[in-house]
Amino acid sequence: MNPLRRFLGTPEAVAGAIILIALFAMALTAPLIFPGDPQAIAGPALLPPFQDWLLPLGTDRLGRDVTAELFHGARTSLAVGLAAAAAALVIGAVVGTLAGFAGGLVDEVLMRVTDAFQTVPSFLLALAFVSIVGPSLGVVVAAIALGAWTGPARVARAEVLSIRERDFVASARVIGMHPLEIAFREVLPNALPPVLALSSVIVAAAILTEAALSFLGLGDPNRVTWGGMIAEGRAVLRTAPFLSIVPGIALVLTVLGVYLAGEGVVETTAVRRSLS
Amino acid sequence: MNRALTLIRRRLIGGIFVLLIVVIGTFLLLETAPGDAVDAYIASTGGDAGMIELLRHRWGLDQSVLTRLANYLWALLHLDLGQSVTFSRPIRDVILERLPNTLLLMGSATALSFGLGSALGIYAGARPGSVRDRFLSIGSLALYAVPGFWLGLVLIIVFAVDLRWFPIGGIESIASGKTGLDRAVDIARHLVLPVSALGFIYLALYLRMMRAGMAEVWRQDFVLAARAKGLSRRRIVLAHVARNALLPLVTMLGLQSAQMLGGSVVIESVFSVPGLGRLAQEAVAARDIPLLLGIILVSAVMVIVINLLVDIAYAVLDPRVGASEASA
Repeated sequence: MNPLRRFLGTPEAVAGAIILIALFAMALTAPLIFPGDPQAIAGPALLPPFQDWLLPLGTDRLGRDVTAELFHGARTSLAVGLAAAAAALVIGAVVGTLAGFAGGLVDEVLMRVTDAFQTVPSFLLALAFVSIVGPSLGVVVAAIALGAWTGPARVARAEVLSIRERDFVASARVIGMHPLEIAFREVLPNALPPVLALSSVIVAAAILTEAALSFLGLGDPNRVTWGGMIAEGRAVLRTAPFLSIVPGIALVLTVLGVYLAGEGVVETTAVRRSLS
Repeated sequence: MNRALTLIRRRLIGGIFVLLIVVIGTFLLLETAPGDAVDAYIASTGGDAGMIELLRHRWGLDQSVLTRLANYLWALLHLDLGQSVTFSRPIRDVILERLPNTLLLMGSATALSFGLGSALGIYAGARPGSVRDRFLSIGSLALYAVPGFWLGLVLIIVFAVDLRWFPIGGIESIASGKTGLDRAVDIARHLVLPVSALGFIYLALYLRMMRAGMAEVWRQDFVLAARAKGLSRRRIVLAHVARNALLPLVTMLGLQSAQMLGGSVVIESVFSVPGLGRLAQEAVAARDIPLLLGIILVSAVMVIVINLLVDIAYAVLDPRVGASEASA
């Protein structure tokens, strides 16, 4: 049976895939459907949803179009989530491979550093990093990656430890390959599958962290973020609760979609899930 | 007992190393921050260039990086975290004042997520593949996808604004003059919503882990033996399957403590609970970086201590743990 059909065999995976496709569609079409600045004033302030078909989800405290903000917010959430997860996976894979392959003191030092990063609450670390360097999209991505690479590093190291004893590594040594070349060209690619299996969890966590940072006012001020929208709506929580509820539902659906699709992929490829 | 002591000693030494790395890390962050404590002080109080020079000299900020790192470490050894510009008080005092609220919040939320999560996990894992198992699995995943701060806001809308069952925020009624049991009840009422918001997010983790652990145990021979003996299903589930699947959850308790602390930052901000997390947010807002890094250090110490306690509990619960380390 081909992988795609097997993937579509589980209802959860299908639901996840549909959510993700809808989300990517929102992110990609945002500048086409809602050209111009989503933070510009589009109508009367605090228009409830489903009143004006041009402003289907109504407007916020300043009269900004909630629908447009929601679409543009999808771009930020997806971009930050994917970029931070990619960065975390790369850092984790490299650190884990180095630690596992080199062994000895290098391993010891790298793993203690990993311990240290796991000891500090990653959200506090991200908070400190962003408030010191200043909020921008790149800094937010770096801040999230800083707290997320430890899981992949541990998984990669465990995998490398078993791979480095295999025959093909021994033969690479015999033909005189440089240890670093063996580590990154022979061992790392073979250690990747269980590391990649973590990616959906990491993307989901990254999206949630970004939302929490923006909620506390530490997102990129020039971009619409769902977390920022929720924080905005909080000021009128009693009179216009939908302003906080709508972007929150978008967040929940997004993260759920990532989890469901991720579980589907992992089950399809039959990669054994390793706990970080 | 000797075995447990060896384990504790090893973990303590490891913890000190980790803490040293964290301290150096926070020092480096402090160094990269634009402006130093003097700038922050002058910005809030005003002062001329001579004043700046004098303060830099007095606070030892005109020395080399290594000297400053040594000074920083020396001060930390004396439990001196420096002075908070925002509060005009020692950072240690500010943190110690807020710590109990965070511990109360975290402890209650952990009890909720661990207790309810493992109970639901047992319920789901008792009949793997059943309707209730599938329902609980998907439900817990959905819950895990909810941002804590948003759940907090929704709880406020429903239970504080609409139904008016619980207060909207804070840790206790201001100037109520309540003492003893009355005060405890008051604080408990204030904590219901934040504890639920924090606890329900992590509940899913324990539920799913319990369920997955039970699925593994079901396949083992001793379960077959228990069945062959003719034990009731209830007894097999509780005494054999669940009991063996519970141990990994204890480890998770320690690993999750760092996450829980991070989560409490936003939850405390949403509910205005005057704890460590809200303090962190205040530090960010006031750009009081030394205070923020002090909070990070204290959090790291807390996480290390919690993990140590979990290790000890684990060694007591599972006689196999540490046996090899002790004999080595």
